Amino acid sequence: MLGPNGAGKTTLFNLITGVLKPDSGKVVFKGEDITGLPPYQVCRRGISRSFQVVNVFPKLSVFENVQVSVLSRQKRTWNLFTPSAKLAIAETDRILGDVGLMDIRDGTSAALSHGERKVLEIAIALGGNPEFLILDEPTAGMSPEETTRCIDLIKQLKERLGITILFCEHDMEIVFSISDRIMVMVRGSTIIEGTCDDVRCCQEVQDAYLGGSDACLM
Amino acid sequence: MNSSVFRGKLPWVIAALVVLLCFPLFLDRFYVYLTAIILLTGLCATSLNFVLGYGGVFQFHHAVFYGVGAYGTALMIIKSGLSPWLGFIVGPVAAAIVGLVIGVICIRLSKLYFGMLQISLGSLVWAIVYRWYSFTGGDDGIHGVPLPDIISSSSGSYYFTLIVTAVSMFILYRMIKSPFGSALQGIRDNPVRSEMIGVNVRLQQLLALTIAGFFGGVAGSLFVVVDNTVFPDMMFWTLSLELIIMCLLGGWLSYLGPMVGAAVIVLLRTYVSGITGYWALVLGVIMMAVIFFLPNGVLGYLDRFVKKKAGNK
Repeated sequence: MLGPNGAGKTTLFNLITGVLKPDSGKVVFKGEDITGLPPYQVCRRGISRSFQVVNVFPKLSVFENVQVSVLSRQKRTWNLFTPSAKLAIAETDRILGDVGLMDIRDGTSAALSHGERKVLEIAIALGGNPEFLILDEPTAGMSPEETTRCIDLIKQLKERLGITILFCEHDMEIVFSISDRIMVMVRGSTIIEGTCDDVRCCQEVQDAYLGGSDACLM
Repeated sequence: MNSSVFRGKLPWVIAALVVLLCFPLFLDRFYVYLTAIILLTGLCATSLNFVLGYGGVFQFHHAVFYGVGAYGTALMIIKSGLSPWLGFIVGPVAAAIVGLVIGVICIRLSKLYFGMLQISLGSLVWAIVYRWYSFTGGDDGIHGVPLPDIISSSSGSYYFTLIVTAVSMFILYRMIKSPFGSALQGIRDNPVRSEMIGVNVRLQQLLALTIAGFFGGVAGSLFVVVDNTVFPDMMFWTLSLELIIMCLLGGWLSYLGPMVGAAVIVLLRTYVSGITGYWALVLGVIMMAVIFFLPNGVLGYLDRFVKKKAGNK
């Protein structure tokens, strides 16, 4: 998803995940109407998201951050007596391995670099074993190396785990290199949705981004 | 099965319990009484910290559950004519129910607003107890609650308090280390994110508030055993403030922090108020010192100190 600042990208994500309730319209996921369900219900239907502003559990360790997400998906959060230390270890470690955070498994998440926290953010979302993953500007604020690694990770998730990913990003190069379909929003409405080629030379997109020039994006 | 839960702490816990078990053998009656008061106050503070430090809920008026537990037990013993042991179940259960009810009303609000509403609802409970003279004895309280013989002696009440406190502390510890506790700590750190990973935040917090109320009530029942009396000040908001100070002073991110804080506060209260009437002044100065020098409390400081030492080696 593309769109200038204030286009409503994050608002759309909030509508899908139930953080905000839509005034009108419907959110349909796999044929089921999920409009207005609270976020925890939406999550249980297989939708996970990461946030634009880093949104992790700062006092928990990296491992616990992901573990709590896995435990929640396994519906174990009402279990009062089995030690957490014995549960969901293999799966949590697998996710940490997948995203490359295994080296810092036992560190506190507050001590991570910004880039690592963004990756942890994705790892937490993966703990919900999603079919549909929403990433809100996954590479924002990352160094060039971190960005490259993050993009590789997103590609892997798509190809290896077969997760459908909806993401928004300002870096056109990234968007055009990994997207199958692109949607462009301007001031709260969609102006086009289609393949990369459709979007690249669309007049309205050029107006929004390049101020009316005739050049194609990318 | 407990090896992973305690991991190296078990010998210390057993040693502490053995020392505590021996107290009545060589200590004066007064000190045994004081230890029992510290234990049950510490349990009350720990139950508060279950929602405050681990749940991130601003439970500003926790003393209500302490008081309801105590009144529930005392009234059950005096008025019902049933087995007095029943009182020790009725008290905590009543406290848990009050915890749930106040929780249901307050949980829609967040942080400070939760705390404010909780103080007012708690004060309402206090006012009812204070005014309902015919039932609760009003500001006279209830004195000389008859107890079963086995726990009515000085050492009997001490052992009962010690055992119940130890079991309760163990249960609370297990809960904090369970998936429920993990989710609770997740909510403390980041409620929005917790909701997004599929945790029903409000329900989870409500259950935590009910559990905290229950164990606050257990502490209240124990007070009846140790002191034989109940009075409305037990649920006055100043006591709640003291409980919060215990958590902060001892360290609200360490499990035994509130217990340590309770020991410090109870000892100070006992000895300082013997010297001067300005006990609150001393408390205020201590609080300021804690905020400036030990933001993570006594145990938080020690923990960091030990880790630093280990790191240097």
